[in-house]
Amino acid sequence: MRASRILAATAAVLAAATALAGLPGEAEARTLRWARSGDALTLDPHAQNEGPTAAVNHHIYETLVARDPKGALIPGLATAWRILPTDPTIWEFTLREGVTFHDGAPFTADDVVFSLNRALQPTSDYKGLLTSVDGVSKAGATTVHVKTKGPNPLLPNNLTNMFMMNKAWSEKNNVAKVQDFKSKEENFAVRNANGTGPFVLVSREPDVKTVMKRNDGYWGKSATVPLEVSEIVYTPIKADATRIAALLSGEVDFVQDVPVQDIERLKSTPNLRVTTGPENRTIFLGMDVGSADLKSDSVQGKNPFADKRVRQAMNMAINRAAIQRVVMRGQSVPTGVIMPPFVNGWTPDLDKAPAPDVARAKALLAEAGYGAGFQVTLNCPNDRYVNDEGICQAVVGMMGQIGIKVNLVSQSKTLHFPLVQKNPPETEFYLVGWGVPTFDSEYIFSFMYHTRDAKFGSWNALRYANADLDRKIESLSSEVDAQKRNATIAEIWKTVQEETLYLPIHHQTLAYAMTSSLDIPVDPENQPKLKYVVFKSM
Amino acid sequence: MTAYILRTIGQGALVLLAVAFIAFSMFRFVGDPVANMMGQEATLADRAELSSRLGLDQPFPVQFLRFVRDAATGDFGISYRQGRPVATLIAERLPATVELAVLSALFASVAGVALGVYAAIRRRGIVAQGVMMLSLVGVSLPTFLIGIGLIYVFAVELRWLPSFGRGETVRLGWWSTGLLTASGLKSLVLPVLTLGFFQLTLIMRLTRAEMLEVMRSDFVRFARARGIPERTIELRHALRNTMIPVVTVAGLQLGSVVAFAIVTETVFQWPGLGALFVNAVQFADVPVMAAYLVFVGLVFVLVSLAVDLAYLAFDPRLRGTLAAR
Repeated sequence: MRASRILAATAAVLAAATALAGLPGEAEARTLRWARSGDALTLDPHAQNEGPTAAVNHHIYETLVARDPKGALIPGLATAWRILPTDPTIWEFTLREGVTFHDGAPFTADDVVFSLNRALQPTSDYKGLLTSVDGVSKAGATTVHVKTKGPNPLLPNNLTNMFMMNKAWSEKNNVAKVQDFKSKEENFAVRNANGTGPFVLVSREPDVKTVMKRNDGYWGKSATVPLEVSEIVYTPIKADATRIAALLSGEVDFVQDVPVQDIERLKSTPNLRVTTGPENRTIFLGMDVGSADLKSDSVQGKNPFADKRVRQAMNMAINRAAIQRVVMRGQSVPTGVIMPPFVNGWTPDLDKAPAPDVARAKALLAEAGYGAGFQVTLNCPNDRYVNDEGICQAVVGMMGQIGIKVNLVSQSKTLHFPLVQKNPPETEFYLVGWGVPTFDSEYIFSFMYHTRDAKFGSWNALRYANADLDRKIESLSSEVDAQKRNATIAEIWKTVQEETLYLPIHHQTLAYAMTSSLDIPVDPENQPKLKYVVFKSM
Repeated sequence: MTAYILRTIGQGALVLLAVAFIAFSMFRFVGDPVANMMGQEATLADRAELSSRLGLDQPFPVQFLRFVRDAATGDFGISYRQGRPVATLIAERLPATVELAVLSALFASVAGVALGVYAAIRRRGIVAQGVMMLSLVGVSLPTFLIGIGLIYVFAVELRWLPSFGRGETVRLGWWSTGLLTASGLKSLVLPVLTLGFFQLTLIMRLTRAEMLEVMRSDFVRFARARGIPERTIELRHALRNTMIPVVTVAGLQLGSVVAFAIVTETVFQWPGLGALFVNAVQFADVPVMAAYLVFVGLVFVLVSLAVDLAYLAFDPRLRGTLAAR
């Protein structure tokens, strides 16, 4: 009894001491200097649907539905959301009370209606995520209804980058319309911001420096969101060597886009920490399986890719483990499916990478009538993904082993992606990486597998068309019964995996480097959220 | 004289038009900006719509004429990458590049001439031989390697100087300068050394060769015969005659220093025009690329005009010939 009382007292004293030790961190001004290769293009929250832009905006603006550092959906400016029991085409969002914008204005239902309508404008780059939305209306002081064209069980997943602006501020500053690149003038929201987020914009010099300070009245401050950082100085540093040098010399504290060849060296440097983890992005090859004849190949009058055996042989020829070891220096997760592990529909079974088997691949090719091999051109970006060109070079060698002679054309992303996006596509064999912002298989199916038309399949450069599959894909967006929906997803994956339509390579892994007083985990969407940062004593 | 200047300006305008034309005809090989301007969810129709809204689907001559018409009124459009007027972007970035380029040219000229003269006078000395060897390194090493080497030594190992950026700047009207703050001056050291190194070796080798030539000439021999001290001959008589070709080359190089600071700016994340251009190329930001290339053309036109006028000032004999041309 007595001993336990002493123990309890000791524990209390210890706890108090720890709390005291922890206190200075709270009052102290702690600046976090953050660098990555590119700057946000704009602070206008709906003008550019692009990674670094959203990563910076997430610190200033907030969304109704958010994702935690592991990628799980959590309440943001909405505390709850549900499909109305009376009408399956209406989503009801209950808004958080007591939230204010940085200029002091309260956050209201009017702001939500305004912001969602702004994101739906023709010049908005986020309208693609809201195609199912029919209208947005205020249903009460803290309630908003979003009407969809049919039941859409996944709407909240599409709102995790849909930032909320203040209606009065936007109208006062003439930014009720999203930046139009045809206009001759700069939109006020490009370099100014008024959000509800954990940090307030202090200054913005595009491509040079962006400074934000802590929002001391932030609603979300809690045990898990300690908000210890009092100031963020964000600097884009384009050259890899300079960015790493800036970390080594102590001029910045936290660096993204760490080149794979530097990871080992940084890990062994005292006072530095490197964190790695999978990104929500898979790298894979696609090919023209639909045309009657290929233009870039050596086979006349026939399309070798149209033969499933050829595709299977190519899939077997790729030695994913070798690519991981040599090209990626261990920084990737080989896979057999074009779906990152965070996505609904993912199973370890689908993910299993096929073992390389050159002999069997050669036999399959011979069976398909291409025993002598053939020639084909592979298009590859060289400035988009981690070591993208190196992956393609490795693939060229591996295809050579089974007699397929590949001519590699690697070029900048500005030249590469239009080849895939043009209609008809101008590539017959290409590398692409794909991230899934909704964390659901439907997103992959409708962009990558659905027959290409005005609404779907904008990334399907396979020329693959399967009406039966299309029907199943379209049914997913309105199926409210989760169990039935997941069964359809599994069915679709089974079909497309059997067809071997894409050749998956790996899930991309990211690396962040920082001083050892920080421990920032890799964010699946590559959007580190600095409100979660806890400073460690050195 | 006035006719000459007018003619030069007319030629300059033609050169700019030609630069714009060549630049525009190259842009289709840079890629499609629409691919970078829209998120991955954009449909084919969305892309086509943006493309036609920006006039990118129109034939090349139409796009080019529209650019020339707008540019003539000083309107270069807005950046596809940043959504800000191109003229503002260029005005904002110009001070950084000009300060870097002028200081580099100054450093290269002063140090280059001094070392060149020294190497000519003591041409058999060990130090002079060493300097010549070093200049070979300067001519042959790529700029980015020099930059990264300097960063490694002075920023990472010694921690004396910053590895990137411009430091604190002070605004004087629309001009931002890094010359008035300690961090701004420290930030200038490594980029200036990197950008000036190649010019330095060039000017040094030129000065040395010219100086050796002049030292062999008759008037130097006569000066020696008259008993004028060697130092006076070298620094007053010989050096002055050496300077004419050196000034010409250094002047023309200033143009290329301003225009091609691209590599140095990228290595040091220097917020100048070169870095702006590199980012524009990677994004296929057509308005920025077009305006930048025309701007570089303008710099070259102005520099060669200034060099021509400087000749007139230096050498009165030329005035008659130029006026007659």
